[in-house]
Amino acid sequence: MRDLMEITARPDVISLAGGLPDLSTFPPESFAARMTRVAYESTEEALQYGPTEGFGKTKACILEVMAAENMHPDIDDVTVTTGGQQAIDLIAKTLVDPGDPVICEAPTYPGAVPVFSSYEAETHQVEMDGDGMRIDLLEDLLERLAADGQRPKFIYSVPNFQNPAGVTLSLERRRRLVELARERELLIVEDNPYGLLRFEGDHLPPLYQLDGGDYVLYVGTFSKILSPGIRLGWCVTPPPVTKKIVLGKQASDLCTSSLTQYFTHEWFAEEPWQDYVREVTQIYRSRRDVMLESLARFFPPQASWTEPAGGLFVWATLPDYINTTDLLAKALGQNVAFVPGEAAYLDGRGTASMRLNFSGSPEEQIREGVRRIGAVVSEQVELYETITGEHARPALSGRGVDPEEDTAELEEPAATVLPLRKPR
Amino acid sequence: MRVAVLKGGRSLERAVSLRSGARVEEALRSLGHEAVGLDADPSLAQRLKDERPDVVFIALHGPGGEDGTIQELLEILGLPYCGPGVAACVRCMDKVLAKHEMRAAGVPTADWVAFNSTAFSELGAAEVIDDIEERIGLPFVVKPAAQGSSLGVKFVSNRDEVPEALIAALSYADRVLIERYIAGQELAVSVVDGEPLPIVEAVPKDEDFFNFEARYEIGRTEYICPAKLSAEEETAVRDAALRTWSALGLEGFARVDLILAEPPDDAATPDPQVLEVNAIPGLTDTSLMPIAAEAAGVAFDQLVERIVQLALKRRSASIPS
Repeated sequence: MRDLMEITARPDVISLAGGLPDLSTFPPESFAARMTRVAYESTEEALQYGPTEGFGKTKACILEVMAAENMHPDIDDVTVTTGGQQAIDLIAKTLVDPGDPVICEAPTYPGAVPVFSSYEAETHQVEMDGDGMRIDLLEDLLERLAADGQRPKFIYSVPNFQNPAGVTLSLERRRRLVELARERELLIVEDNPYGLLRFEGDHLPPLYQLDGGDYVLYVGTFSKILSPGIRLGWCVTPPPVTKKIVLGKQASDLCTSSLTQYFTHEWFAEEPWQDYVREVTQIYRSRRDVMLESLARFFPPQASWTEPAGGLFVWATLPDYINTTDLLAKALGQNVAFVPGEAAYLDGRGTASMRLNFSGSPEEQIREGVRRIGAVVSEQVELYETITGEHARPALSGRGVDPEEDTAELEEPAATVLPLRKPR
Repeated sequence: MRVAVLKGGRSLERAVSLRSGARVEEALRSLGHEAVGLDADPSLAQRLKDERPDVVFIALHGPGGEDGTIQELLEILGLPYCGPGVAACVRCMDKVLAKHEMRAAGVPTADWVAFNSTAFSELGAAEVIDDIEERIGLPFVVKPAAQGSSLGVKFVSNRDEVPEALIAALSYADRVLIERYIAGQELAVSVVDGEPLPIVEAVPKDEDFFNFEARYEIGRTEYICPAKLSAEEETAVRDAALRTWSALGLEGFARVDLILAEPPDDAATPDPQVLEVNAIPGLTDTSLMPIAAEAAGVAFDQLVERIVQLALKRRSASIPS
């Protein structure tokens, strides 16, 4: 699959595969002005090594971003990292020994998969529905682990507009998850890159806010609210963990780029950063709308998908008999790409799903890209029906990722020649 | 000497090809040649005209590079190139055609049937799936008819898996091959100018079927070279590979993949079955042909030099005196 993903970077391919924010409206004159000022006023500092944990001024910007979501951590608990990705890596490096259980959502952030794998975590994935991670299933899992004398090192969650599923953890479940962490003294790693990119509905309190930072380690990033090219993220952790994280960071890259930290200080001092976030959120909202309209128009009725209220991604699920990694090969023949669902699982599940990104492509390309994917999916569905003589029922109109809904649908007797589900 | 190395391209094996190409370029430079790496894109013909290389090393895999397309272009441009000619490439890339040619020449190859998607949509081929099963027998292997590597190849052990496997394979090509599965040793014979290199045996570590990723990821497949074979088996395998070489009209270099079927009893004569031929086999550091060359005491540089010389020799032989 990795080799197929490399082809998605071809310029003639409409790629709905990446997770790229849109930078087409980023003001070049502001960029130039801020960098010029850094050059004239801070040449030496900006070109020098910086402190491993990051500059105080960067942390002040971070506190400002977190305050926008009602979080007010102690500045000493903040570590500036090279992107949110490094924060996840450092947390895993600090906490996980080979064979340790780690829990995450099913599907989970594809970028977390290699992290958990490289520290040889025993990863367990908990199903989600339209309200995010199923806490009842999480509790069952914790019971099973406890029965084996095991405790997870942490529960990793992307509660807002999850990557890749696009769903948001409900308030009730957030409360229950935080409660559970307290009751069982478990750590939660809350990864929140998209919280400020909400298109509609009420803002939900982050787990960090609900918990007060006792059991929740927080991961944030400037990638989606400013730029991913500056590679600037952070984590907020309790002091003993912070100490280890700083040691780990020292070993891995000594410090985060001073230059981009200086640029960020300037940006926050001189520019209305929240206006820029509002601006890109508007762009993403209309791109999301185009994607949902296009899915309804071009995908066959056997497909279902999530309807994210923010963020960057839609998660579409096809009938079980279609393997989206193979489908990607066919889609690439039509110069269009997506991320096959299995990239978001560590256990081979997700083969009938795909992640579609709407933030990184203009509306016309989203429409055309979804049309092309819809066409190859329809071809596969027709072929399947021809081969099996079966005509699958359309997915329910809600088209959310509610597993119970799916089950209800499967229980409906159909004139099957062959079973829908391949034994795994 | 100025050697253009064609790599990348639009096929699904682009990433592997880039690695093959980079390695060939490095070898050419260490041999003192001038290597010009060219990605096979719409500017290729013009760039070849501008560069006027002495010879072209095709390190492209899959459709476009291995199916006669690029070879035809180089014929038109009058540039000598490495590896098999147009017709042989066409035969190798179309696995169905290759099997017909092999069978006609008496080369042992596993039983098969082939279908394109229209056979299902327009001719009601779904009705004959039972017959196919009866004729080929389970388990069988479903393969796209036109992919170089094992991309899209599915192993089918029971009837329920048939539709999914067909749909998956048809994602990679319009035509699929359903081939009897033959249990046995997986072998690869690389051939240079009609001479077989030591036989490589591929032992997948923990897959139930040798898949695409395993083939290119270090550590997931173990390669043994020379393969563990008796003298009699070795002769039979080499003979099958060389007959394939002749039957398909190969030149330069190629790799023949085959299975040495598990013998039904100790007295049985060796039964190699040819699966397919790679007209431009992989040349990465985990690829089988370089492993075979090394086992024969031929370093990668020397292998590349020999392949280039063969291309030039063929060129001079084809110039009318």
